[in-house]
Amino acid sequence: MPTQISGNATESPSRSPMTIGLPLPRGDARAKACGREPYAADLFPENLLLAQALRSGLPCGRLLELDLEEARQIPGIVAILTAKDVPGSNRQGIIHKDMPVLVEDRIRYCGDPVALLIAENKEAIRSAMSCIRIHAEPSPGVFDLDEAMAENAPLVHEDKPGNMLAKATIQKGKPDFDACAAVVEGWFETPVQAHGFLETEAGTACLLEDGTLRMEVSTQSPFRDRLEISHALGIPFMQVHIHAPSLGGGFGGKDGATVQCLLGLAALHCPGRSVKMLWEREESFVAGYKRHACRMHYRLGALADGSLHSLHARLWYDTGAYAHLGPEVMELGMEHAAGPYRIPHNLTEGFCVHTHTPTGGAMRAFGVCQVSFAFESMMDMLAEKLKQDPLELRLRNALHRGDTNGAGVLLESSTSLAACLEGIRNHPLWQTRRQWQKEAPPFCIRGTGLAAVFNAAGYGGGVRDAAIAKIEMDVKGHFIVHNAVTDMGQGNSSAFLQIAGHILRQSAEALSLRQPDTRSAYPSGSSSAGRTTYTFGKALISACEELASRLINRAGLILFLQNDEGLVLEPGRVRHEPSGRSVSLEQLASFMSLEERVCLGQFIAPVCREVPDTSRGFFIGFPHVIFGYGAHLARVEVDTLTGRVQVKDYLALTDGGAVLNPSMFDQQVQGGVAQGIGYALYEDFITEKGVVKTKDFTTYLMPGSLDLPDILSLAPPVEEEESGPFGMKGIGEVAMNGPLPAIANALRDAGCRRIHKAPIMAEAVLGSLENR
Amino acid sequence: MSKPPENSPISFFLNGSPLSLSVAPGRRVVDLLREDLHLTGTKEGCGTGECGACTLLVDGFPMLSCLMLAAQLEGRNIETVESLEKDPVGEKLITSFEEKGAVQCGYCIPGMEMTALALLRNHPEADREDIRKSLSGNLCRCTGYVKILDAVEDTAKKLTAPKEMP
Ligand code: FES
Ligand code: FES
Repeated sequence: MPTQISGNATESPSRSPMTIGLPLPRGDARAKACGREPYAADLFPENLLLAQALRSGLPCGRLLELDLEEARQIPGIVAILTAKDVPGSNRQGIIHKDMPVLVEDRIRYCGDPVALLIAENKEAIRSAMSCIRIHAEPSPGVFDLDEAMAENAPLVHEDKPGNMLAKATIQKGKPDFDACAAVVEGWFETPVQAHGFLETEAGTACLLEDGTLRMEVSTQSPFRDRLEISHALGIPFMQVHIHAPSLGGGFGGKDGATVQCLLGLAALHCPGRSVKMLWEREESFVAGYKRHACRMHYRLGALADGSLHSLHARLWYDTGAYAHLGPEVMELGMEHAAGPYRIPHNLTEGFCVHTHTPTGGAMRAFGVCQVSFAFESMMDMLAEKLKQDPLELRLRNALHRGDTNGAGVLLESSTSLAACLEGIRNHPLWQTRRQWQKEAPPFCIRGTGLAAVFNAAGYGGGVRDAAIAKIEMDVKGHFIVHNAVTDMGQGNSSAFLQIAGHILRQSAEALSLRQPDTRSAYPSGSSSAGRTTYTFGKALISACEELASRLINRAGLILFLQNDEGLVLEPGRVRHEPSGRSVSLEQLASFMSLEERVCLGQFIAPVCREVPDTSRGFFIGFPHVIFGYGAHLARVEVDTLTGRVQVKDYLALTDGGAVLNPSMFDQQVQGGVAQGIGYALYEDFITEKGVVKTKDFTTYLMPGSLDLPDILSLAPPVEEEESGPFGMKGIGEVAMNGPLPAIANALRDAGCRRIHKAPIMAEAVLGSLENR
Repeated sequence: MSKPPENSPISFFLNGSPLSLSVAPGRRVVDLLREDLHLTGTKEGCGTGECGACTLLVDGFPMLSCLMLAAQLEGRNIETVESLEKDPVGEKLITSFEEKGAVQCGYCIPGMEMTALALLRNHPEADREDIRKSLSGNLCRCTGYVKILDAVEDTAKKLTAPKEMP
């Protein structure tokens, strides 16, 4: 009966609907601030077993035998597994499957796992670890680029001659330095960086009675993990069930197998019992993926007016022991090697080289922050040579929509680098820089440096970059977003709530979100490449629009309306504006089956329409079509007695298309800059002869609150990205690229000789002040 | 070979309630809380006293629970992040962290809040630089600290704002 279900909804909407563009608080903030958010590391199911890998400790050699008998007798030890116990291929790797779950014979780095211990408690594991003897035959290894590329160098993988994992070129035009009025040249070096997420690699797993391997794991790629596990352990793909709760940080380091296969292996051996693996900080440093160290040689030439003409760049990425995403990291670096500039002639050569050191993998700004150091240093060197203003030189060459970038790709998407640079030009921090420099205190010098940066978003050509979003209304008329791309802290899940609330016109209270679960959400790729909000967000928009129109349609039926005209969604109800009558969502829900209450939406990210014939040796991931841009300014003060560098002011202007939530926009930029300042000044993951020397936060230094200025993030007026959700594009990565070159340029501006190697330590700064 | 460590009885106050239990005296407090008592709001980021994620209050002072042993809790008054909502200053901190966008992955946040709680209880007049110094032992990998400082500063302002007249 219409009277029972229509009429004016009793509760008037007290809360306003969520709106795109407002700095709404994140949906997860309160739970996290109260300590209630469940992370993978926080799960302690009943009757829990612990698993831990025994790592080789040896960077290169052959595993002969393991003495396990004594360890197996230790009370509390449930099992000690070796390669023989791995049922499947015993190989992991996102694209290149070359990394054993447990080593059979070849040891390729000090963190290679040789055995897996499963025990009732930590004490048993500790005792057992101390009495296992590893019999191995050490052999000479290659521990840096020079050693790895030397003639007759020992090979990390026999099928990779010269230790060359990948080799590629990008050629656009034909560099001709004779045609240039000014040519600058230099070598640059960047260090290995650790992700340093505060929640180390962690998960729990259980083999259920029906054969399901269920895993709660700190992962950026829950859907892909199923492939890794089923391949490595030889179990059917659909039997693997992954849930990815909120992550205590990721930054790329949880993209790919960390604990997954080891944990799965342990669970397979202890059916019915939950097994937990939580890497200690030291294990995370030794065995976790790292940012690739890189050596670069650049030669850049310009015409007399400052127009860039020719570039020849050579890049060597040290990818460590296993492939992981090494070639892809190098290729993305190559695609960015020419900077965010118009340059007609570019030859970039890339080499991805194996060494017997921890494996290089994905990390925020994936191969790009390395080349940013080189090209932005080169731009300042060029400005100096041409006696031009470094900001004007950048503006003159900045990419605009309609240009082709250094990789020869026609830019048809939003490109607002110039707006970022103009934002710097108009900012007091830039305008007052000379006055500020003069006011340096005694024994201090000051300088201001710039960097213009960019970073591709999405997977790039050759890989389908797609997402499937699911929205559900429950029987109470409450909405559930089924997220499928991990929230490692970047806030995509809050953005999804905001998107859903905006389209469905609901307040925050009416919405909740389920974190990725491979049995209730749909494959949507990894949380990486600045793609999470962009790709899944687009899919979610179509899911929500579908649900919104369905709700309006059902309400119309219930209200006996001829058509849907005049019906609008409001918090908690659908209202017919002309008559004022409405149906509450709860009432609507009671008339809908589950199937009707669920909507899916799909999105496939755009690809390059005309792929230029500029790349050789690329496998996948070329080219990209959407880029975030940024212009950064750093003001530094140097203590001339100690060489200590302090970043006094930092300004980042970012082109991320339209801003969905200004507060979360700033979060990403400030966080990226902080990691970038760490990369510039402090962070140096050191191995000596393949043995890790920086295994804690006393030797591996990440910036603390006293090491950073109040990083200022601004969103200049930019073009919207038409292809993105509400006009946005991803900015998770681009901010990482600015600090190192901006600080290096600021040091030069302060009067130091140019610094070519990061991190920029006090000693190097002091050295650069001698005989100036 | 190691014998299972013997348990001893200890008594202390945990978030305002008296608690007596039997535990190995050498058990790390962070494990006691997280594994035995399932109070997982306190995080472990390093286990070696370098990151501050495991910070809790002992008799009002911030301490690192990864470096404390269960026996050291005897007779003490322990506060963890789980008590924040019921604490007048703590509740303000939570709200400021939420509203000022201070929370990203959130893993450092309980430790940050506990350190800030001790500071603001004793020094509600603390300014941004005081706060920056006080939080210097708490690492955050996500935020660059700007919004965390904003949040604590915001709470300090609320604490010292003159009460509105009725
Ligand atoms: S876990 Fe205690 S200081 Fe890091
Ligand atoms: S919010 Fe992630 S470590 Fe601080």
